[in-house]
Amino acid sequence: MTDQVSLTFDGVAITAAAGQSVGAALTDAGIRSWRSTRRGGRPRGLFCGIGVCFDCLVTVDGRPNQRACLVPVRDGMRLESGGLREVDARG
Amino acid sequence: MPGTHPDVVVIGAGALGAATAWFATRAGLTVEVVERGSIVSGTTSACEGNLLVSDKEAGPELDLALLSHQLWRGELGEFGGLWEFEEKGGLVVAATAGGMAGLTELTERQRAAGIDVREVAADEIHDFEPHLTPDLAGAAFYPQDCQVQPMLMAAHLLRLARELGARVRTGTTVTGFLRDGDRVTGVRTDRGDIAAGHVVNAAGTWAGELAALAGVEVPVLPRRGFILVTEPLPPTVFHKVYAGEYVASTQSSDEGLQTSTVIEGTRAGTVLIGSSRERVGFDRTVSLPALREIAGKALALYPGLAPVALMRTYLGFRPYCPDHLPVIGTDPRAPGLAHVAGHEGAGIGLSVGSAKLLVEAMTGATPTIDITPFRPERFSLQEVS
Amino acid sequence: MVEFDLAVVGAGPAGLSAAVTAAEHGLRVALVDAGTQPGGQFWRHPDEQHPRPDEGRGQHLWSRFTDLRARLHGLESAAATTGRIELVSGHQVWFVEPAGEGFALHLTAVHGETRLPRVRAAALVLCPGGYDRQLPVPGWELPGVMAAGGVQALLKAHRSVAGRRAVVAGTGPFLLPVATGLAEAGAEVVAICEAGSLSGWARRPIDAAAVPSKALEAVEYAALLAKHRIPYRMRTVVTAIHGETEVGAVSVGRLDRSGRLRTDVSLPDLDVDLVAFGWGFTPSLELITAVGASTRVDVDESLVANVDDWQRTDVPGAYVAGEATGVGGALLAIAEGELAALAASRDAGRPVSEASVRRLQRQIARGRRFAAAMHRAHPVPAGWQDWLRQDTTVCRCEETTLGEICDARRELGATDARTVKLLARPGMGWCQGRVCGFAAAKLAKPVGEALTTSDLAPLAKRTFAAPVSLETLATAPTESDGAT
Ligand SMILES: Cc1cc2nc3c(=O)[nH]c(=O)nc-3n(C[C@H](O)[C@H](O)[C@H](O)COP(=O)(O)OP(=O)(O)OC[C@H]3O[C@@H](n4cnc5c(N)ncnc54)[C@H](O)[C@@H]3O)c2cc1C
Ligand SMILES: Cc1cc2nc3c(=O)[nH]c(=O)nc-3n(C[C@H](O)[C@H](O)[C@H](O)COP(=O)(O)OP(=O)(O)OC[C@H]3O[C@@H](n4cnc5c(N)ncnc54)[C@H](O)[C@@H]3O)c2cc1C
Ligand code: FES
Repeated sequence: MTDQVSLTFDGVAITAAAGQSVGAALTDAGIRSWRSTRRGGRPRGLFCGIGVCFDCLVTVDGRPNQRACLVPVRDGMRLESGGLREVDARG
Repeated sequence: MPGTHPDVVVIGAGALGAATAWFATRAGLTVEVVERGSIVSGTTSACEGNLLVSDKEAGPELDLALLSHQLWRGELGEFGGLWEFEEKGGLVVAATAGGMAGLTELTERQRAAGIDVREVAADEIHDFEPHLTPDLAGAAFYPQDCQVQPMLMAAHLLRLARELGARVRTGTTVTGFLRDGDRVTGVRTDRGDIAAGHVVNAAGTWAGELAALAGVEVPVLPRRGFILVTEPLPPTVFHKVYAGEYVASTQSSDEGLQTSTVIEGTRAGTVLIGSSRERVGFDRTVSLPALREIAGKALALYPGLAPVALMRTYLGFRPYCPDHLPVIGTDPRAPGLAHVAGHEGAGIGLSVGSAKLLVEAMTGATPTIDITPFRPERFSLQEVS
Repeated sequence: MVEFDLAVVGAGPAGLSAAVTAAEHGLRVALVDAGTQPGGQFWRHPDEQHPRPDEGRGQHLWSRFTDLRARLHGLESAAATTGRIELVSGHQVWFVEPAGEGFALHLTAVHGETRLPRVRAAALVLCPGGYDRQLPVPGWELPGVMAAGGVQALLKAHRSVAGRRAVVAGTGPFLLPVATGLAEAGAEVVAICEAGSLSGWARRPIDAAAVPSKALEAVEYAALLAKHRIPYRMRTVVTAIHGETEVGAVSVGRLDRSGRLRTDVSLPDLDVDLVAFGWGFTPSLELITAVGASTRVDVDESLVANVDDWQRTDVPGAYVAGEATGVGGALLAIAEGELAALAASRDAGRPVSEASVRRLQRQIARGRRFAAAMHRAHPVPAGWQDWLRQDTTVCRCEETTLGEICDARRELGATDARTVKLLARPGMGWCQGRVCGFAAAKLAKPVGEALTTSDLAPLAKRTFAAPVSLETLATAPTESDGAT
């Protein structure tokens, strides 16, 4: 059996197989969208699945705009839905 | 219409050609625009849309900028929404006390010349731009600095002119001029000749080549600039923000790489970060040192942008004249020919004032402001001696 | 200073075989790939850090991969004096800079810290592969609509099934492994909607027969379709996708012989929660244009690199292999990668087997004929714009609609794709036109006109081959810093 890891999506616990991508973990958890578009406020999730389309952007451990289809899950990872990156004055 | 020819042929469908087409049709002239590529395929699609008064010192360019500013808000005000016209104001920042002293002197001269400018103390900067670095000595705020989306601006001016009867021929290259002695009576193109009462050279960075085809010298040269474009962000940069040394850089004649920071947000959420100035001819090779320097200086002002992604970069060739003034007016050396070109890094902002002045000159109307500092023949030898 | 004789970008079938072959000919090779482990799109497989007994499930030519992988690992630990490979996984090339006679590749980690910011090499083999080609459809921006390749990547690498009831639609043989892969993983595939009609193949039987393994695959898929009762509907297209916050159903339509939507046939909607779309593939051309190599338009209207019969571009020291020379499948990519490595080795003064060169050249010529026949049998249907509406999203990133593109053309006088992009913004967003580029270029022209290099090349030029942070750019080492 493969190892399981635990993570949270917007505070809700989900589990995934170690080595999966964040996008796969969310898909397996029945979550299909985690971002809303800038202009129309429309929901988006995975589309190209291989890092090309940037539809699947998600905040990973506080880092915004990570491609869910490329980032591997890690035990204890915090995922957050959202839209745009907030810029911090202190850098 | 067979047998009829337009009053004016405009060469080039960039900002200057578009503005000329609009003002000329408004003045009742029939206009044909001839463009070798597609509309806005020149420098107008490789720039930023700043309409600045803040980077100008007292003198003819400032007068032209103030005239243009009036036109953007007045005569063209009703169309502002079409080209994302925004009166967002400019913030020029100084990093050091010395820089601030220089900026204060500049603003005093500018105020005397009619520019609306107020000083911003270091502890007030945050109210203007919350994400700017706190390590600044002070700033100056210029409410008259505005912004447009330059491609939309030129395309809509062409559309408005077309609705008044102008014709736009794309994919048509001007290869020479029709002459009657000294007089220019039309253009030769790769798709046939077009006779016209006036020919306007609005060929931007290539205006010098066109002038040469007519046998007159108009020294317009390319000055390369790069711009960086970020990922779409929530509103982060609220004004046009630039570093005090920007003004010095626009006026410089130095050949080497110069960069100074100009940062602005756009409607699309992207932040445009400029820019560099280099004299390298029409070399399109992307220079990593130039891009790196632009990025580094931007981070000095906005450290919070460090993790922000850049989606793309683009480059353009500013059309500049040796004295950093544009060429606007009819050419006494080749009657029938007029020029409106060489606006360097300000051709978007200055387009409407320039076009208005040129149309006044072609129709014999009283010029709104003195046009002689821009006369095309000012570079010729007899003037120098 | 150049650290490597050769840098290979992409560790898919083409790049992997190029890197291994070149190192076996004595070259010091850097193999850079965005993926966390080698394999590319074709051999995406579960994370090797968490080994699974069924690693090769759903794979084709898997033993070719395990063989290349074993050779790669051997070469990673080879002595510094012989050929050797340094594998740089999880890094994207974001910029290519000329470095003396060679090239400097600037790298950024896909996530986390960048291990190596720059790789300098005397020569380059570019094997960047490609991605699914897409056409806009009303509703295609709803969650649950995915690229067919993305659905496949989830299955192969993550054992993740993107939906329970799926329709697989578009054109080309690639729809088959996606549909059967979904079915084998337990999803119900209600239909494969293939826009083409396979009669196209029969017209050029010689081309189809040129690659025997393809015929074998077809038999295998036929059996799987029967086993899972997957209807294979030809001349059928998904014309609209319905749902509020995710896909609930799709409308389908029938095409006539000329590829136009038939108005006399009405088919019932299909209830699905997953739509997998693939209209062939679009090669990644940004690195090819970045080095200044010339391009051409292939049979399938994709922009591809011009290469000679040694995989050389017209830029000295730059070779291209795999999808970027023309979409043709993994077998062709493997052969091209190997040939490019032989060419690079020979150009670097290493002896290479002339017999191998000739064998590969023959194999590649055969593969190209097959690919051309495949493209002709599976064109983008002439009527693809028939089912779009004015409010259909064309650019997913900037949410540009068809109506806005039409306005840019009709009202504002845009006459080419670049101007449409400048005025209406398709292709200006995060993906920089990778997804909508083909459709936007088509929509910028009169209906039915073929795309040319001058339509596609300006769109394929992406100076930043991947997004790069301001911080990375501000601290990038450049060749102008002088010798280090
Ligand atoms: C990086 C950068 C940033 C800038 N930022 C700003 C800014 O913020 N604000 C501002 O006001 N300005 C800015 N500028 C300057 C501005 O872009 C130019 O001054 C302006 O676009 C010039 O417009 P134009 O119409 O003269 O030239 P162009 O837009 O170049 O138009 C000239 C046209 O003539 C055509 N042409 C040439 N030869 C022929 C021929 N033989 N036959 C037919 N057609 C021909 C060309 O194809 C071209 O389309 C910037 C420039 C750069 C490079
Ligand atoms: C998502 C997807 C799934 C597919 N699945 C199948 C399938 O199941 N069966 C089938 O027959 N065909 C499949 N194909 C087609 C198949 O990919 C090709 O036939 C084959 O993989 C081509 O091999 P290649 O080596 O040219 O490219 P690829 O296998 O695409 O390899 C290219 C590699 O280059 C990397 N790369 C690209 N640009 C950069 C950069 N700037 N920096 C660093 N690395 C970079 C990519 O990440 C990738 O790993 C698929 C295609 C896609 C897009
Ligand atoms: S799904 Fe396209 S980038 Fe992740």
